[in-house]
Amino acid sequence: MKTRGLLLSTALAGLIGLAAFATPAAAFEENIKQGGSMVVTYKDDVATLDPAIGYDWQNWSMIKSLFTRLMDYEPGTSKLTKDLADDYTVSPDGLVYTFKLHHGVKFTNGRELTADDVKYSLDRATNPKTQSPGASFFKSIKGYDDIAGGKADTLAGVSVVDPYTVKIELAHADATILQVLALNFASVVPKEEVEKAGADFGKHPVGSGAFKLSEWTLGQRIVFERNKDYFKAGVPKLDQVTFEVGQEPVVALLRMQRGEVDLPGDGIPPAKYMEVTKDPAYQGRILRTADLKTSYITMNTRMKPFDDVRVRKAVNMAINKDRIVRVINGRATPANQVLPPDMPGYDKDYKGYSYDPAKAKDLLKEAGLADGFETTIFTNNTDPNPRITQAIQQDLAAVGIKATIKALDQANVIAAGGEPDQAPMIWSGGMAWGADFPDPSDFYGPILSCASATKGGWNWSWYCNKDLDQQGLDADAMADPAKAEERYAKWKGIFDKVMDDAPWVPVFNDARISVHSPKIGGSDAQFLDLVHQPVNYDYIYATDVQ
Amino acid sequence: MAAYLLRRLIQAVLILLGVSIVTFLLLFLVPADPARQIAGRSATPAMVESIREQLGLNLPIYQQYWRYLSALLHGDLGRSYLQRTDVSTLVWARLPASLLLMAGGIVCELVLGLTMGLVAALRRNSRLDQGLMIASFVGVSAPQFVVGILLLYVFAVKLNWFPIGGYGSFSQLVLPSLTLGVLGAGWYSRMMRSAMLDVLRQDYIRTARAKGLARLRVIFRHAVPNAILPIVAMIGIDVGIFMSGIVVVESVYGWPGIGQLTWQAIQRVDIPIIMGVTLISACAIVLGNLLADLIAPMIDPRIKLR
Repeated sequence: MKTRGLLLSTALAGLIGLAAFATPAAAFEENIKQGGSMVVTYKDDVATLDPAIGYDWQNWSMIKSLFTRLMDYEPGTSKLTKDLADDYTVSPDGLVYTFKLHHGVKFTNGRELTADDVKYSLDRATNPKTQSPGASFFKSIKGYDDIAGGKADTLAGVSVVDPYTVKIELAHADATILQVLALNFASVVPKEEVEKAGADFGKHPVGSGAFKLSEWTLGQRIVFERNKDYFKAGVPKLDQVTFEVGQEPVVALLRMQRGEVDLPGDGIPPAKYMEVTKDPAYQGRILRTADLKTSYITMNTRMKPFDDVRVRKAVNMAINKDRIVRVINGRATPANQVLPPDMPGYDKDYKGYSYDPAKAKDLLKEAGLADGFETTIFTNNTDPNPRITQAIQQDLAAVGIKATIKALDQANVIAAGGEPDQAPMIWSGGMAWGADFPDPSDFYGPILSCASATKGGWNWSWYCNKDLDQQGLDADAMADPAKAEERYAKWKGIFDKVMDDAPWVPVFNDARISVHSPKIGGSDAQFLDLVHQPVNYDYIYATDVQ
Repeated sequence: MAAYLLRRLIQAVLILLGVSIVTFLLLFLVPADPARQIAGRSATPAMVESIREQLGLNLPIYQQYWRYLSALLHGDLGRSYLQRTDVSTLVWARLPASLLLMAGGIVCELVLGLTMGLVAALRRNSRLDQGLMIASFVGVSAPQFVVGILLLYVFAVKLNWFPIGGYGSFSQLVLPSLTLGVLGAGWYSRMMRSAMLDVLRQDYIRTARAKGLARLRVIFRHAVPNAILPIVAMIGIDVGIFMSGIVVVESVYGWPGIGQLTWQAIQRVDIPIIMGVTLISACAIVLGNLLADLIAPMIDPRIKLR
């Protein structure tokens, strides 16, 4: 999905590298004066600012800035912190979480935020009538099945102890629940405003975040104004952020050169990449980070001849990943496994399948396909994906596999991948999986588990290994934060075994590259925030008021 | 006249009904599943099923169409799957920008096309005539996105005469209108040229010249008004051509009209928006043609409505 694919694709980035920068950046920020404004552009319209519904590249971090959640991440890192929650406790069995809310947090309509609002918001996000794309993230909370099945109107597991205390009971231990409570879908909304706006709450959002919505001209412009009552002192830095939509990335870049735009939200378009990065005028304002995303080729394990693991391994050896990275001007790093390098659980000692066409041919011969075979590879039809697929096609031809390219609109590729017998191979570029939160489990459950190998699912390899599924469940039951390392090690083992079965060819990990005008400043980590994607608007400042 | 109008209106309703059926069927055949799209990639099957039921997507297609049609008769175009807002709200918010652009396009194509045709006719078979007709040929054949990007690059980026895209001021209207008008200007210049050549051969022109009127006066008083008449009636038909043109032009210039709305909806398979915009465009085309047919006899009495 283009939307979230890009989105939290990056979610995890430089856990190690960027975390190291976080401290000095934070210290520096305290001296930064508030004031000023900036103009951000996006190509696509902002569909909605309803936190239960918004799941796009454009609106993800906009929603983060309008609303607050129990948990959040340290700005520019993927380190979980308490946000609305002043404190929380976990029961020894890991099933009951009790959150103490910060006192005096106000919605921008003036009313104080209390525990009732937290419960209301979680009930709303999980109620099927809300049609939230994030509802299923809350499935470990007790009572989820009842509310999802329409048997209840409220989540039995979420209860209000007193106006400043919320208790969340889980049906089973879940090591990722705190991350889930930091997702946009867990944002706290005021009931009276939701009821007043009805289904149009997404166009009239009211929250308690760093900014509030002050103007929305449909299809043209959205203006955020600083929320003066925001409960964190000194945040946000800017008084005003204007979002202009419907602007092609190339046009946005040109307008930035003229000083009309401060931040092209869609980044540098591929066609302009070389020109911009080589231009001395941009020196020091081009930011690059390893994206927490893997782009891969899926092979449908239920279709011949990919039901034979030798064939899948042969394809893994046939692909020249270095050449593919050159095709896209080095905007990525070659990958050898499912997880991206900065994700916990990444196995840096893993060697993977190296490029070896001769060995690939041997393996095909062993599988009884000495003369090769014919197949079809699906791809999204937006540049650079068809070009990448051509490179893949040539690599496959070199070992005797004749692949026909089917370049389709993204929605049609996704639909074909969700059918058991439609797409033998898919190049995932442009739709690749990006994690919703920085945890390895999110790279397994929705794309490699047996449960996801269903019609309309995202497991395009139709890969199903019941033993690994069970190991994943066991790992996620290790909710004790002290056991986090042990849990990550377990996930590392799971992903190594996935690669033994080779349902994918992991091709590369994308880099995210951004540029901004000299009028605004902030640390690299905030411009390329891992969680507040694409940009953490709360901490960007105007240079002209310093 | 009244009988003619009534018959045409009934025809119009039938055409629109046909368009709605065909569009509905085509969108039904798109493999993307709206319920899954809404439910998100991590959704459980139960959630997808629940959304399918809420939207009535589990019903047989004729029932779905019937539901759509009955809502439509109440003026309800449905709700966008992704924006979760009434399609009519989205369309109304963007319609003024598109109408403004179309008006600009009409002005550009008339001014450009008629001038080119007039000059070409008066300088018949000269180098200038040939040059203008080649230009009109290029205008008719050039893809609008190429024209758009070219104009943007030359006049906004390089020469800095106009803003780079955007909406709100007159200077921002010029380039998109020009891009939209180039195609029509190409057609009109050819029509104007042949109409003028026709008229200039008429007896009354000879009479006018014979009685000693100045050349310019003959042209602008006697020839041009008669040559223009059949062309004016064509403007109604242009609405249809513009409807497809704005999708391209609005995307190139970041113009916040329904063309851009349509393009974004197509990319994300937001079926209610695609359906709504298609119907509204069909309405505009049908009405534009009807208007053209009604205006024609008013300006040229030789045409009769039957």
